[in-house]
Amino acid sequence: MKRALPTAAVLAFFVGPLAWQLLTSLWPEPELTRSLPTSLTLANYAGLGATFARAVLNSLVVAAGTTALCLAVGASAAFAIAKLEFRGRSLLLGGALAISMFPPIATVSPLYLALRAVGLRDTLAGLVVPYATFALPLTLWLLTSFFRELPDEIYRAALVDGCTPWQAFVHVFLPLSWPALATCAILVFIFSWNELLYALSFISTPSKRTIPVAIALFAGEHVEPWGQIAAASVVATLPLAVLTLLFQRRIVAGLTAGAVKE
Amino acid sequence: MKPQRQGALMAAPAAAVLAGVAVVPVLAAAWLSLHRSIVIFHEQRFIGLANFRFLLQDARFWSALGHTAYFTAVAIAVELLLGLPVALLLHRGRGLLRAAVLLPWAIPTAVSARMWAWLFNADYGLLHRLAPGIDWLGSPSTALHAAILVDVWKTTPFVALILLAGLQTIPDDVYEAASIDGAGRARTFVSVTLPLLRPAILVALLFRSLDAFRVFDAIYVLTEGGPANATETLSIYAYKTLMRSGDFGYGSTLSVATFACVLVIGLVFVRVLGRPR
Repeated sequence: MKRALPTAAVLAFFVGPLAWQLLTSLWPEPELTRSLPTSLTLANYAGLGATFARAVLNSLVVAAGTTALCLAVGASAAFAIAKLEFRGRSLLLGGALAISMFPPIATVSPLYLALRAVGLRDTLAGLVVPYATFALPLTLWLLTSFFRELPDEIYRAALVDGCTPWQAFVHVFLPLSWPALATCAILVFIFSWNELLYALSFISTPSKRTIPVAIALFAGEHVEPWGQIAAASVVATLPLAVLTLLFQRRIVAGLTAGAVKE
Repeated sequence: MKPQRQGALMAAPAAAVLAGVAVVPVLAAAWLSLHRSIVIFHEQRFIGLANFRFLLQDARFWSALGHTAYFTAVAIAVELLLGLPVALLLHRGRGLLRAAVLLPWAIPTAVSARMWAWLFNADYGLLHRLAPGIDWLGSPSTALHAAILVDVWKTTPFVALILLAGLQTIPDDVYEAASIDGAGRARTFVSVTLPLLRPAILVALLFRSLDAFRVFDAIYVLTEGGPANATETLSIYAYKTLMRSGDFGYGSTLSVATFACVLVIGLVFVRVLGRPR
């Protein structure tokens, strides 16, 4: 019972604001000036409309695309770094770590010009590639540390059985690595779902906005539509809340992987 | 094919993507920073270091640098001070508490900033209802602190999780030995837990400093750098110069300056972390 008070304080600070936002989203707009609502309503959700539904869809597409791209090019590279000898592998891993520390603003101007030059500015596909800046280093680090933990004997046995290194990766290691791929996919998905700066800089058509941009630029005609903003926030938060509650162990393990050594 | 060749081939696509989205653009930004470049006029002219000379005399740059440094230092100090007790609580607590604490970390920063903007609202916000009289976002003296509070809410969970991972690597027999030696709880914490937690604290400090220094989302959504530029950080100043003024030359100079600051912070940490104890 000695921990009840600190636990309550922690919950109040971290969950309280979310609960208030949930309540605001159900609060009838005309009653916002009262201290508490007299009734609850779903009107704010109904009022979000097609533009916001589009933003949810856009975010899904971009986050799924980024996840697919990073796993596609990252898994084989991580396997090679962990199990194969080749020149430049520590440079690649170290470089990936350094790149994950880059402030994204440092690459906004050249990426904008490059995307415009190839006709990908203001497209969802044009977000997926820049998102690799933060998502691919994460993929490489997580999967490399996972492949390193698998015993080298498995790799040698595969070679003895006549596999090439590529076949050992595809037929032996990939089937073993789905838990790591899943952890990685969840984290990359969350980070891509949440990204704002690139999406704000490269997307100009309102119907192509992702959720963070739609919420950042959410505006009413006369006054701030706080109830609708709250409803939009709840919709944007819900998939992440579900992911977090279902996979919290994986997320925590992935986030802190490599942060501390045993 | 030799395994070496095959290894390089398997890593090549990832290396190419990283080079294309990060290495080349950073070099290109450095090249752009040496130009006068206004995108809508299709004007681009090499001007050497003129942008950097202007940068050194640009009061708005220095105040943005000041805001960024202040934001980073205060936010991280609070997050560490708060993250440690939260980590200790999580260490002995239930999974449910951990999931609850993880929620602020998981939601988009833009969403959390909008949520806090409503909490800070000067007329009907929850903070106004609880303690009226402070216009959190409206006055230059409180706005940056309001942004720090949002960052603390959002990223203390991350700090706590790193520290928790550190706590979990400390074996129980160390604590037993301390109690056999007659150390009380406070003494054990100071002489056993804290020193063994040093690597985790340094890692949390490294990640958070680099992350806080590039802060954009929270402040952009909360105040757009206002009121009166009181919350304008380097990333926001650079973003406005690039995307609102369309000045890609000086905007890139600001980006390069931000990058250089982050690089210096990173190198200092690498030296500290790499030094044997």
